[in-house]
Amino acid sequence: MRIKSPKDFWAGLMFIAFGLAAMIIALMNYQFGTSVRMGPGYFPAVLGGLMVFLGTVITATSLAIEGPKVPRLNFRPLLLVLTACVAYGYLIKPAGLVVATIALVFVSALGGHEFKWKEVSVLALLLIVFSVVVFVKGLTLPFPLWPEVFE
Amino acid sequence: MDILGNLVLGFSVAVTPIHLLYALIGVLLGTLIGVLPGVGPVATIAMLLPITFKLSPVAALIMLAGIYYGAQYGGSTTAILVNLPGESSSVVTCLDGYQMARRGRAGPALAVAALGSFFAGCVATLIIATAAPPLAELALKFGPWEYFSLMVLGLIAATVLAHGSLIKAIAMVVLGLLLGLVGTDVNSGVLRFTFDIPELADGFGFAVVAMGMFGIAEIITNLELKDKREVFTSKVTHLYPTKEDFKRSWGAVLRGTALGSFLGILPGGGALLSSFASYTLEKKVSSHPEEFGKGAIEGVAGPESANNAGAQTSFIPMLTLGIPGNAVMALMIGALMIQGIAPGPQVMNDKPELFWGLIASMWVGNLMLVILNLPLIGMWIKLLTVPYRYLYPSILVFMAIGVYSLSNNPFDVLVMALFGLLGYICVKLDCEPAPMILGFILGPLMEEHLRRAMLLARGDATMFLTKPISAGFLIAAVLLLLMVALPAIRKKREEAFQEAD
Repeated sequence: MRIKSPKDFWAGLMFIAFGLAAMIIALMNYQFGTSVRMGPGYFPAVLGGLMVFLGTVITATSLAIEGPKVPRLNFRPLLLVLTACVAYGYLIKPAGLVVATIALVFVSALGGHEFKWKEVSVLALLLIVFSVVVFVKGLTLPFPLWPEVFE
Repeated sequence: MDILGNLVLGFSVAVTPIHLLYALIGVLLGTLIGVLPGVGPVATIAMLLPITFKLSPVAALIMLAGIYYGAQYGGSTTAILVNLPGESSSVVTCLDGYQMARRGRAGPALAVAALGSFFAGCVATLIIATAAPPLAELALKFGPWEYFSLMVLGLIAATVLAHGSLIKAIAMVVLGLLLGLVGTDVNSGVLRFTFDIPELADGFGFAVVAMGMFGIAEIITNLELKDKREVFTSKVTHLYPTKEDFKRSWGAVLRGTALGSFLGILPGGGALLSSFASYTLEKKVSSHPEEFGKGAIEGVAGPESANNAGAQTSFIPMLTLGIPGNAVMALMIGALMIQGIAPGPQVMNDKPELFWGLIASMWVGNLMLVILNLPLIGMWIKLLTVPYRYLYPSILVFMAIGVYSLSNNPFDVLVMALFGLLGYICVKLDCEPAPMILGFILGPLMEEHLRRAMLLARGDATMFLTKPISAGFLIAAVLLLLMVALPAIRKKREEAFQEAD
């Protein structure tokens, strides 16, 4: 058996996985109820079943009909952008807005095509000033600016 | 029903200085992100959702709406000058707009786009004012059957009109519905799919999901492309179109407005679909179709009017039925819910100042856009020279701040990143995220109506078919599905979207 349409093949598998997970979790943990009095498990289990069905159809078709290949995944921008965001979220409370912004800007800039220290530093500085003026002073969001130890 | 009185009420709300200010901020931001390729209104509105906490509901909606239709104006500027769609709905404007610019007629192209959009905006505002009240009146009579069937129709229509594979779009809707169920079940109090994570008890935050699926995923995809923008910087002179231009454009503007207004109301419609349909129509009715693609002014006037009309009339189902027709409207509903307002037909009666103020502000906003766009065009052109490598870290900072500030919890940022990952995978597998967002917002509502309907009917599912309005919605949904399944129509649909690529 040959996969003729890889994009659809993987998409179908993804839907089957999500659908199965939803169905199994719903059936095992939540009361199903009856169609008159639906329990918390009813709707998710039905939806999960529907998704497994749709996923199966998509996967089955991908074995029969030619389709496009999955384009290459670029892990560099993917990982760096995601890491930059998560780092910001987990740094802002202990380390303050300044450190968090610097981390986000530098890490995410590494995911681009060009990386120039000077440019990125200026950008980080501008964004810190902007964040402080608009978000901390303007919208009065309660963010610490500096690491906790200094305050 | 007194439309005039309502409009007066609306304008009295819209022209208060604070609301004028928010309309101005909205349209400026909208134009800005419309001009910049790679930043869309969905991501921007999602980014601003947390901030709207601090505003009054009227101000919040006025600003967010301004971003949406402002983006339609801004998108055309980039399409004409750089041959890049600043906004997805300006894809077709590139075809003829850029050709006009290459022949030194960028000025008239920009002017016709702005004036056509303004005309369309005025008409669409009037259409909303006349069509919305009767629709809301009708919707007030809806029971759970009608609502459930309407949502089915809305979701099906959204997938039929969406780009790409139908079955994958439906699967994405179902995925969205399921993700919408995460959290506490209102009927039983049971925590569903929360995996003992306390932060998930209230479900996924709407802004968090939207920002991840659209904002983060968009940035990662953009970073894969080389930043190769070439601004057409020969100075824009002779802004004003000639008599000949006017003569050729006005018909296209009228047709574009009519088509856009109609398609905008349909679920799944809105700006994008309207502009494609209008371009195809103009090419068909034109007496010189060979000029299309080589700088025909009708090819700019029609789609640009249509996308603005469609952007605005897509507010009708959102405002009257509480049902989003596209991803932007789903975000608007999110904004209403953040403010503690349950979207639906009762909004018009309970909060007339919100409803009519928003409508009046659309006209005011359109006026601002014409005034801003034509003289300030030079400033927008300058903005185009800002490279993406400065833009995306800035966007990431705003998104991270916005999400974090929702509950001052880094967990939300983590969830956003995970949805960014999911969004990226979906893009790679050609699964559109927009239907998922619609499903996400409708998931809990659909379950609620289904449960109530079945309980009231004592488990009799045929009630969905014996109630005439409900049956009508379901039949329409089935017809839509059948239509797409027909080979001839399927081919047409693929062609229509192909022109975009």
